[in-house]
Amino acid sequence: MKLLFGLATGADSLEALERSASRAREVGDDLVVAVLEGPDEEGGLKATAERAREIVGEDIGVRTVEGHPGSRLVEIAESEGFDRILLGGGEQSPMGKIRIDSIAEFVLLNSHVSVTLLR
Amino acid sequence: MTDRGYPDTPAGPFPEPPIDWTDEAGRDIAIRVCQGDRESLIEMYTDFDPAERAQGIPPVGESAIRDWLDHLLCADCYNVVATHDGGVAGHATLVGDGEGGYELAIFVHQGYQDAGIGTKLLEALLGHAAADGVERVWLTVERWNKPATYLYQKVGFESTGAEDFEREMSIRLAQPDAPTG
Repeated sequence: MKLLFGLATGADSLEALERSASRAREVGDDLVVAVLEGPDEEGGLKATAERAREIVGEDIGVRTVEGHPGSRLVEIAESEGFDRILLGGGEQSPMGKIRIDSIAEFVLLNSHVSVTLLR
Repeated sequence: MTDRGYPDTPAGPFPEPPIDWTDEAGRDIAIRVCQGDRESLIEMYTDFDPAERAQGIPPVGESAIRDWLDHLLCADCYNVVATHDGGVAGHATLVGDGEGGYELAIFVHQGYQDAGIGTKLLEALLGHAAADGVERVWLTVERWNKPATYLYQKVGFESTGAEDFEREMSIRLAQPDAPTG
């Protein structure tokens, strides 16, 4: 399977990325990480990509993606033949309520490629 | 989200617990600050109708419920319960968001709904928190949940305009010493 992990700057999904990378390695999936512009933080693409590279190791591709994060991610997934989009979807409010951020909402509503939210 | 909006005009004053009151179904309900009600709360939440969960809370299963309650019954939190017949009928809670505001949630057991308990609990929680100096409270509610949205509006919450999957609402509480508008 060809998997595309969307990692937004400022997001709290590094742990989900680590799990995805080790699982992809285990089952022989082809994983690519797309670093996206998070809604709350400008820039930071390069720094986030560096963190991602440290986490996933050298054999997994990490690229930075500028522009509207949700639509760019869906565009890459659909135009480059990915089988599945992975997103960290485990953010919780102080109360413990599950949160779906604007990137996840956009991707869920617009992607023709299957989407997995990692909890 | 650090740029959450709050209404300019404070709401309140709200009544402070303890409040003894007869609900619309004729049951004697005592509303008071939560103290040593942990086991009764666990009992209510383990029996809570899963169809009435909101955004993943309350969690399902006793051990997940215990962990979640540990988180709610903490130092920077406010908890008010409605009790009847020795058990907990409803629970309203505020959890500090680390930015000076508090996130609100309220749960009324399915056997006690539509009797006015939610409104009373909500007002008592806001009264309890305002008396302790809490000024900013917010919540999220599913967009389709009209009854809950109406309840929050009635008490003084306004939509902040932030709408992802859920609608965000907030309220500014009148401080006990300050003149109310």
